[in-house]
Amino acid sequence: MADISLSSVGKTFAGAPALSDITTRFEDGEFIALLGPSGCGKTTLLRLLAGFEMPSAGQIGIGRRTMADAGSGAMVPPERRNIGFVFQSYALWPHMSVRRNIAYPLEIRRLARAQIAEQTEAALAATGLGAYAGRMPSELSGGQRQRVALARCLVSDPDAVLLDEPLANLDVALRASMQGVFTDFHRRTGATMVYVTHDQAEAMAMADRIAVLDRGTIQQFDTPQTLYERPRNRFVAEFVGRGTVVPVQAVEATDSAVHAQVLGARIAVQSGRNGGGIDHVCLRPENLTITETGDLRARVARVTYLGGKYLLETVADCGTRLLAETRAKFDVGAQLGLTITTPWAFSED
Amino acid sequence: MGLATKSGGSRSEGRLLSAILVVAICLTLAPVLRLFVEGVTDQGTPGLALMGGVLSQPATLSALKHSLITAGFGTLVSLVLGAGFAFLVALTDLRAKAALVFCLMIPMMIPPQITALSWTQIMGPSSVLLKTLGLAPPLGAPQPLYSAEGIILLLGIQHMSIIFLTLRAGLRAIPQEVVEAARISGARGLRTWWQVVMPLTLPSLAAGTAITFVTALGNFGIPAMLGIPAGYATLPTLVYQKLAGMGTSVLAEVSVLAMLIGTVAVAGILVQRFFQSRQKVHLVGATSRPLAIPLGAARLPVEILLWAVVCAILVLPMFGLLATSLVPAYGVPLRLDTVTLASWSEVLLRQPVTARAFANSFGLALGAALVLMALCLPLAWLMERNPTRLSRLFDSLLDLPYALPGVVLSIAMILLLIKLPFTEATLYGTIWIIFLAYLARFFAVMFRPVQASLKQLDPAMGEAAQSVGASLFQRLRDVILPLSAPAAAAGAILVFLTAFNELTVSALLWSSGTETLGVVIFNLDDSGETAMASALAMTIVFVVMALMALIELFSRRFPKGVVPWQT
Repeated sequence: MADISLSSVGKTFAGAPALSDITTRFEDGEFIALLGPSGCGKTTLLRLLAGFEMPSAGQIGIGRRTMADAGSGAMVPPERRNIGFVFQSYALWPHMSVRRNIAYPLEIRRLARAQIAEQTEAALAATGLGAYAGRMPSELSGGQRQRVALARCLVSDPDAVLLDEPLANLDVALRASMQGVFTDFHRRTGATMVYVTHDQAEAMAMADRIAVLDRGTIQQFDTPQTLYERPRNRFVAEFVGRGTVVPVQAVEATDSAVHAQVLGARIAVQSGRNGGGIDHVCLRPENLTITETGDLRARVARVTYLGGKYLLETVADCGTRLLAETRAKFDVGAQLGLTITTPWAFSED
Repeated sequence: MGLATKSGGSRSEGRLLSAILVVAICLTLAPVLRLFVEGVTDQGTPGLALMGGVLSQPATLSALKHSLITAGFGTLVSLVLGAGFAFLVALTDLRAKAALVFCLMIPMMIPPQITALSWTQIMGPSSVLLKTLGLAPPLGAPQPLYSAEGIILLLGIQHMSIIFLTLRAGLRAIPQEVVEAARISGARGLRTWWQVVMPLTLPSLAAGTAITFVTALGNFGIPAMLGIPAGYATLPTLVYQKLAGMGTSVLAEVSVLAMLIGTVAVAGILVQRFFQSRQKVHLVGATSRPLAIPLGAARLPVEILLWAVVCAILVLPMFGLLATSLVPAYGVPLRLDTVTLASWSEVLLRQPVTARAFANSFGLALGAALVLMALCLPLAWLMERNPTRLSRLFDSLLDLPYALPGVVLSIAMILLLIKLPFTEATLYGTIWIIFLAYLARFFAVMFRPVQASLKQLDPAMGEAAQSVGASLFQRLRDVILPLSAPAAAAGAILVFLTAFNELTVSALLWSSGTETLGVVIFNLDDSGETAMASALAMTIVFVVMALMALIELFSRRFPKGVVPWQT
């Protein structure tokens, strides 16, 4: 069992808080993404899980073991946690061949020579590195290095695998294929995986659940779909997916529906709290339709071709910038009408 | 300690760091502290009476004056030579720069007593080389080098490499674009140099000058070989003469003298640190290809001039040394019928004292290199990973035993080890006091290259091993050691090189049976066996050059900043 639980975990560096009051739970076998802008604390959280850092407050448990407890000062060092870690820089040992890099964790565990060879071969085969086993890391391409790093951390059958922006140094095409490698591996091994990234597309593509972090706290922890469709606050709404957050002027709730006054128009909205206390809506491109008799008038300020469709950046009469998608081409400066359909409404604390 | 466990995340690392740090501090800083305590007490009670007494002696004042004059003007000579070479090598399109740099490094690596010996062999009435060429001054004419001017000249040559290195490093940090921007704005030749390059390099020039002054101040070999015959004493030679003449009874008195040299040296070191920190502020930004301003038609004459200078300060004295080593008796001119290897075979094969000195120096140098490697490798890595307040303080002070004049360290070592605490035993007079002094003195020589290479090492290397379950010892053995081995090897060769030739420390610490090579050359020359001294010196020069060539050969495999002459 390798579920990961954090309770009131905090971390300060020289007095500056990097993480505060993180309480959450990653279930056994889940693929978790930690998503956020740089400096949000996601890498710190990962390093706390790995044991490279000691929490300043709270407890961290993996499976049944308490790994770190800031209260008592007790901490299991990284080498005794049985976790795997994939580094952004790959951190392959340049003085060891590919085979030795992968076999090293097994050597540490003092397995029999035959068993080491057998498990190393299996890991090499599973990552498609069989042909490169004798090479040195410097003779590999970026994607191959990443595979070695993955094989190295999986060869010892860890309880959890922690990945720190592993695709950040790869080009776009390689990234897509490596995403496939990671998800396949997750499916096959069933290991709990925690994946740090600042790329929401990557997180959405792979994770079962995504924890969105900002300024050291978890803003929302949900499935990719929920994060996109039902953001809890302005940060999440703006960080995940395209969209504009607009204030709500007035709310009218009946038993069946909630209506809100947005940008001068009265529109139906969805919300998790039945109209109580909502003060903002998130307008995603799919909430906006271009119609001649639209609720509001807007002028096209910029057109971006997305392949098969256009993204229009428009400015409404009130000055708000709204994003819409169309299949038809509009010119910059064109006037059009926009209809808003049931956007997600939330309360900004 | 508290900080270590919090930031590093591994308690075993914190514990090991503290343990090695304590050993390192005892080794390097304890002697310096002990000397300080001795200076401000009078026979065990606090008081400055002794200090006042020694400082007001005329001999002290005259030696201080001589030290300041020779070190000051010597630094000036170094500045002219070193800066001239540095500007030309770093800024222009001279050819064969690598060979030139290597040759300019040799004076720094050749021990000062050999420099002094070799120069006396090309001047004066009994110079074998001059006699052979028929240019020798008449017998009875004075040896021109036995004078303040002689000391100044040789100090200047000995330490020009320091200025050359610091200035060249500073110049190489100037982005090429800065000079190109000046040229595109219309600035030409000397104007670019004066208005753009000079202001940017002043801090490194000032830092280099300060550290050269400190090194010249602490130099013992040159003023001892040239000054003692002329009755011209500097502070280090005064300490040596007092201690050699009267033994440990004058220990308290020479401690004050050592403190005096130490104080002047520390002032110099502070000046150097100040300018070094300013230089870092100056030169932020990307550095690209090194500069290569075309010299045009002047290139060949400049090249000829530079190589002529190299010949004069390096090749010529070596020929003098070689000539002297090949004659049957000092003063005989070298001819085909007089050439003999008698001195060589006598000194290398027959003299028991030389064999002993070879064994001592070899053992001391090898031992120091190995012990320091074992100590510095884990320490540098742990200090890099788990910086604590104590480790940062140590980092800023660990150069002290190397930067301080050797005489100061020697006196400090005698004070610390003459009577071991809680016992009646003494290490004074044994080989161990020299060994411990070498460990203290060359700690920085080993530590800095290893530190430079570990700073460039991805911290994830160690963490990756940690995450797959490797213990602290396994990480050090399997990952950190192999990855920093080239730097450690370079450091070890440098320690070996410097310790093998060392004179200043051992001159004060040796006793019969524990002679080092430096001491033997000094004593041979002192007792008039100049031909044998020359043969031995020549041997050492060959060893030094072979080791330097070895480093040079492997230099591509070393990380940046490991080989001192390739900064």
